[in-house]
Amino acid sequence: MPVQCSSCTKKRAVLKRPKTGHSLCKDCFFWAFEEEVHQTIVSARLFNRGETVGIGASGGKDSTVLAHVLKVLNERYDYGLKLLLLSVDEGITGYRDDSLETVKRNQQQYELPLKIVSYEELYGWTMDAIVKQVGLKNNCTFCGVFRRQALDRGAMMLKVDKICTGHNADDVAETVLMNVLRGDIARLRRCTAISTASEGEGAIPRCKPLKYTYEKEIVLYAYFKKLDYFSTECIYSPNAYRGHARTFLKDLESVRPSAIVDVIHSGETLSVKEGVKMPVQGTCSRCGYISSQALCKSCVLLEGLNRGLPRLGIGKHHRLHGKILAQQPLTQQEERKLKAIDF
Amino acid sequence: MCQVDEEYNGHLEKISLPTLSKKCVKCKDGTAVLIIRVGDAFCRDCFKEYFIHKFRAMLGKNRVIFPGEKVLLAVSGGPASSSMLSQVQEGLSRDAPKKLRFVPGIVFVDEGGACGLSVEERQRAIAQLESIFREKGFPYHVVHLEQVFSLPGSVLEAVSSAPEQPGSSYKAAVDQFIQNSRGEHGLMEPSVEDAESGFAQLSTQDPTYPTEHRLALERLLASVRTLTAKEDLLQTLRQHLILHTARVHGYTKVMMGDSCSRLAVKLLSSISLGRGASLATDTGFSDTRYGDVVIVRPMRDYSSKEIAFYNRMFNVPSVFIPGLDTKTPEKASIQRLTESFVTKLQADFPSTVSTIYRTSEKLHSARTPQSAITDLTSKCLLCMCAIDTNTEEASAFNAILVSERLSQSGLRETAPHTQAQALPTESPGQCCSSGGQGQGCGSGDCCSSAQSSVTPDLKGLLCYSCRLTIKDMTAVETLPQYIMTEAEKRQRRLRMKMEISEFLLDDEESGE
Repeated sequence: MPVQCSSCTKKRAVLKRPKTGHSLCKDCFFWAFEEEVHQTIVSARLFNRGETVGIGASGGKDSTVLAHVLKVLNERYDYGLKLLLLSVDEGITGYRDDSLETVKRNQQQYELPLKIVSYEELYGWTMDAIVKQVGLKNNCTFCGVFRRQALDRGAMMLKVDKICTGHNADDVAETVLMNVLRGDIARLRRCTAISTASEGEGAIPRCKPLKYTYEKEIVLYAYFKKLDYFSTECIYSPNAYRGHARTFLKDLESVRPSAIVDVIHSGETLSVKEGVKMPVQGTCSRCGYISSQALCKSCVLLEGLNRGLPRLGIGKHHRLHGKILAQQPLTQQEERKLKAIDF
Repeated sequence: MCQVDEEYNGHLEKISLPTLSKKCVKCKDGTAVLIIRVGDAFCRDCFKEYFIHKFRAMLGKNRVIFPGEKVLLAVSGGPASSSMLSQVQEGLSRDAPKKLRFVPGIVFVDEGGACGLSVEERQRAIAQLESIFREKGFPYHVVHLEQVFSLPGSVLEAVSSAPEQPGSSYKAAVDQFIQNSRGEHGLMEPSVEDAESGFAQLSTQDPTYPTEHRLALERLLASVRTLTAKEDLLQTLRQHLILHTARVHGYTKVMMGDSCSRLAVKLLSSISLGRGASLATDTGFSDTRYGDVVIVRPMRDYSSKEIAFYNRMFNVPSVFIPGLDTKTPEKASIQRLTESFVTKLQADFPSTVSTIYRTSEKLHSARTPQSAITDLTSKCLLCMCAIDTNTEEASAFNAILVSERLSQSGLRETAPHTQAQALPTESPGQCCSSGGQGQGCGSGDCCSSAQSSVTPDLKGLLCYSCRLTIKDMTAVETLPQYIMTEAEKRQRRLRMKMEISEFLLDDEESGE
């Protein structure tokens, strides 16, 4: 028996919304999907008229859909934004080179300017080279830290006012769970914020317009819109611990579909006791980027790579920051600890 | 996003157990009989001392229980609460100078009616527990879940207790407590005889409950579609029963036996159920949501493993009673799923439970309107925590409302060009108590039932999470009468407040 669309009550429904359980026809789904993103943008006051907004584009489904929807909404509601695509080339052969091809196609389809910044030009290291030195374990630390900064640097080159990323509701909920499991109270408090505008100077504000959008709906949207995106897992990410949080969240969703939003709601409403120590934001004394320590993570990681001590940035070695800054050599004992990649 | 997990791998990695050292790490003398944490092998005596010390240290550190105060121990028969019972007995019996000085009583809530146990099974379980309770010599109360159908509406009122200044000293608080109890009862410390006479009187309580209540409970549970909501509702009703028992018999503290393993699961499932705002109340050492009766959780430092070892070594009896989720598959409910997730993760990463548990210590409830402790409409009708739906415009709560509105019929034409200002910023009351001013609510189910006076619309009176529970019910009217009566009362009050709202000076804002 064909099910009728619960919104227009005329056409035949083609899908059941993962978020609410309603059956909708294709057009009503598109409309609801876009409208929700619009409401998020407007109610959270993510953008101001005339701003230049860089869309972090990886070629994956989230950023592809984000770019598409932002373009549609910018025209439909006349946001008056100047949109452009911003990509980071981590230098992963067989993964990023392919996905960047997708981004380049998107650039033509959406007629948006594209800027690609590469790890190689920024840091002198490609991920392939890093993995060669670091091994498969912990390499995501390098990639993640570098990407955050690379995106910012790219944005600065383009004189972008804001960066938006394709993080969806599942990602945010997963991060909430993850931070609880890791007992990381500082990140737990920050991770549900839709935009980082409050972080002050030194960093370009970032926001997540898809924060309340279910991953499954993003896939549905891309599927029905026949959007061109790249879907392959990164060849270097085993990602064990986050994987647990992800599986748990998917299981929660299958028990109660609203669980994803419920977790985000929890994250938004919980608050931290006064007196719990929180990191203070400062700037890196080497590169000037935001950092809670004397040296930012990416400078420490880079220093480790250049000194041939890849573990320098893995775990906490704040004591050594002074030595790194002063360009002093480390003691043999210190070096031994940081050199060995144990398997 | 993915870098964060890797940094900590060093801490989270599984550490292989060292070979059993033969000697106790503490006294270096006795033969070790168990390993508590990695590397810590204890002998029998040292373990006992460690276990007992932990309980008393927890009470000593928090200092919320006053000498002579009546404390109700909530015992389910499971290992943790049974262990708590034995710790209290131990602490009271001792002649040591640091003897515990409160007056205990026990409450057991018989939930057999909700978990599909036969009358015989229930009686057998109660008989077993009674024999344990009698042996302890404390007065006890056996309450049946069916009794929720005869609770008075006043259960849901949070009574403000004497204002407790966090900075004031324990001694001052004790003095005040003693003064208060003198004034009220004319005696300082209830003597042993009092306790015993109470015991005699209570243990002869009639264990039966009317059949109509049994049927009402069946109807209620049948109307709940998911096990997640069932467990949540059962928990709420159980709390109400315990609270009522405490109030009727003059207990001012209730001790719950939640272990740290239990609390870790509870914390994570609370997050998954959208209870972020009340996490601290749900899992902290003391829980003051009811005002006059304070819930304390003295077992929160013990892992379930420690408890199991202690109970086994020192013959602490416990009774196994099947619960709602016994023998259910892993994905039967969110609570069940979380439990199995945490347990499995704990097996691979032994610091999981303690990490989650420590997170709970750093949290406090977000919205605690200090002035509004007696303002009923600011508290959830069911869980009695502060209502957390007065969120900002850009919030998960509003996002899901928007999604539901957009997926429903007849709204498409009206909405496209609305600006954010036109969005309903739903606050409890405004939307629902007015009985359907369709403007703000759309035709969402928000106001649909508000017009019918038979079933009051509960949504506006509930916190985010309890709304989800009620949403999983097919027939809200099967809820016990005291809830429905109180709901109507609060709604009337909200409506009243609405009418006079323009004349009220906003006192809450000024406090901040």
